[in-house]
Amino acid sequence: MSLMNKHEKLERNSLLLLVCVIVTVLVGGIVEIIPLFRMETVIEPVDGVRPYTPLELAGQNIYVREGCYNCHSQQIRPLRDEVVRYGHYSLAAESMYDHPFQWGSKRTGPDLARVGGKYSDEWHIAHLVEPRDLVPESIMPSYSFLLERGAKLHDLKSHLKALRTVGVPYTDEMIEFAEKDAIVQATGEARADTAGLEERYGEAVNARDFDGNPDLISEMDALIAYLQVLGTMVDFEAAKAVEGGEE
Amino acid sequence: MTTASSKVEYNYDVVKLFTLATIFWGIVGFSAGIFIALQMVFPDLNIEPYLSFGRLRPVHTSAVIFAFGGNALFATSYFVVQRTCGVRLWSDGLAKFTFWGYQIFIVMAALGYVLGVTQGKEYAEPEWYADIWLTIVWVAYLLVFLMTVIKRKEPHLYVANWFYLAFIITVAVLHLGNGLALPVDAVGAKSYSAFAGVQSAMIQWWYGHNAVGFFLTAGFLGMMYYFVPKQAGRPVYSYRLSIVHFWSLIFIYIWAGPHHLHYTALPDWAQTLGMTFSIMLWMPSWGGMINGVMTLSGAWNKLREDPVLQFMIVSLAFYGMSTFEGPLMSIRYVNALSHYTDWTIGHVHSGALGWVGFISFGALYYLVPHLWGRDRLYSIRLVSVHLWIATLGIVCYIAAMWVSGIMQGMMWRDYNEMGFLKYSFVESVMAMKPFYAIRVLGGLLYLAGALVMVYNFYRTIKGDIRESEPLEVQKQSKNASSDVNNNDMQGAVA
Repeated sequence: MSLMNKHEKLERNSLLLLVCVIVTVLVGGIVEIIPLFRMETVIEPVDGVRPYTPLELAGQNIYVREGCYNCHSQQIRPLRDEVVRYGHYSLAAESMYDHPFQWGSKRTGPDLARVGGKYSDEWHIAHLVEPRDLVPESIMPSYSFLLERGAKLHDLKSHLKALRTVGVPYTDEMIEFAEKDAIVQATGEARADTAGLEERYGEAVNARDFDGNPDLISEMDALIAYLQVLGTMVDFEAAKAVEGGEE
Repeated sequence: MTTASSKVEYNYDVVKLFTLATIFWGIVGFSAGIFIALQMVFPDLNIEPYLSFGRLRPVHTSAVIFAFGGNALFATSYFVVQRTCGVRLWSDGLAKFTFWGYQIFIVMAALGYVLGVTQGKEYAEPEWYADIWLTIVWVAYLLVFLMTVIKRKEPHLYVANWFYLAFIITVAVLHLGNGLALPVDAVGAKSYSAFAGVQSAMIQWWYGHNAVGFFLTAGFLGMMYYFVPKQAGRPVYSYRLSIVHFWSLIFIYIWAGPHHLHYTALPDWAQTLGMTFSIMLWMPSWGGMINGVMTLSGAWNKLREDPVLQFMIVSLAFYGMSTFEGPLMSIRYVNALSHYTDWTIGHVHSGALGWVGFISFGALYYLVPHLWGRDRLYSIRLVSVHLWIATLGIVCYIAAMWVSGIMQGMMWRDYNEMGFLKYSFVESVMAMKPFYAIRVLGGLLYLAGALVMVYNFYRTIKGDIRESEPLEVQKQSKNASSDVNNNDMQGAVA
């Protein structure tokens, strides 16, 4: 077979072999990945999706740090049972500001893509402190230390800056007020002026003392702020129109 | 026939170091796996904040894939490239640097996970500083390997080296592509991935699936292509098949990533491409299995007598099984059931424990007496004990995960007669409990087998030979066979 004889050339010239290997393995990645950067064909624009507030971002960083994605997905598939169990299937736009994505690959626990607003803050606190107090059969680890640990807010400015560099549309003002916005959001309108926060992130933003402890802006505050916003940004009536009304 | 190889002073020192590291990290990684498996049965074993499941799972996966598997690949690639090229490894110093550099990377990554430093991408968790360090080590690895290949005495490059080379270079490409991230500041550990949402998912699974394809498959096929023919004393079954399956494997594997993203927000065309190529991947995978197993043709009797060879052949059987199961699970409708469940975990472990683990054990059983200049292993019978305990462990593990995975998937989509979902989520968690316990048992058996191996190696390296050996022994005297070079191995079929 002549092709086999030609292969001898590669076996004798290792650099040529190396180059051929590189070319061979690049093809698939190029075909599958490059077109995804033509955003308009991949992510249909949906009203309501906004960058995370600084406090929610701090919460997402805790979510990543604790490896929550190892057991919880954030991607509802358009399958009947999933839509019934978890809500509207996930849209590409809903994770467009997640660096990196938190879709997960395993459901040792339930999907969290639309957990926002499903449970009260008090439920989340009790559940994170000791999951088995609320769900006796749960095998989730407990995270009581989040209550005592202060959330790191002073460097949120540089976090927002870094995210803007990689494509999240934070404005100068959002970056300028990052730390203040976090404090205001975790304090709530009862004791703080939330006008600036709402102006920057919309009126729907949750601003309250999530962990029930006014003396400390804890990691629990940040994590619950993040959990409570998950899946709540999109107005699904508007989304339905974009999808042509199909469900 | 080579003329020079018998006089070459091979660099076995660095191979020995990597061999010992492989054994050490193997035990660490298996133990970490058992611990997190126990946490799923007894959640009180989660000790917050440092030893919770979410932080320890990457410790387990990194320890077995990159520490155990990675060191095994370093050890065998450095051994094989010297033996088949007939020259000493290029640059002792740089080779030694790759050893210590790689161990530092492992410790750096693992410490990070426990302290909560992670990029949050499966199998690519290390933060930017560890990623940069690994890049330096990996470039050194490529240099050492490639320069050794370039100065070789053999005109042809033996097939095992093609696979090692493809593994090294492709892992570099994947690591650099998926690792692109922007640190928040130069002194902090935190960084943000350059990619978000859909793009981030696609790039992560382009990386993730090819960590399987190139780290855990191509690299270990390189191992297979040297150690199976050596242990069997036979040339590779088909030279032509090795060419066809090498190129088709590395070409097709890269496309398979999107099967991790079926029914997600990833565009359909990408999902379909991923599924199609995953199914096509079945053939080149089995090409490798057939080439390995059929290498025994004309020497099947050795399989009955030699437990080391049994390890290698059982590993190929697991390879064949999991590379059939993979394409099956990549079919969209099967994936609708299997995704997010324990079935995936079972699938991964039949490949990892069965294929990667067993081919590595086989290679280690060949290497240790060879490197330390012993006539043979301390006990051949203990190799057989290891084989059977470990196989039983794998069967417990994957059977438990098949049942629990399929049960989970069925419970989640089950409706009652009123048309409502029949089970709450936590009912599916409760149903998993007995299977999670069986999994722990499987893991314990696998670890017990590995500890038998450690004992066997300890006595072998000490220079002991177990008396009154009741099994028929295939002697492996250290200098009895000058290395079979590629012409010998391939000549028989050409």
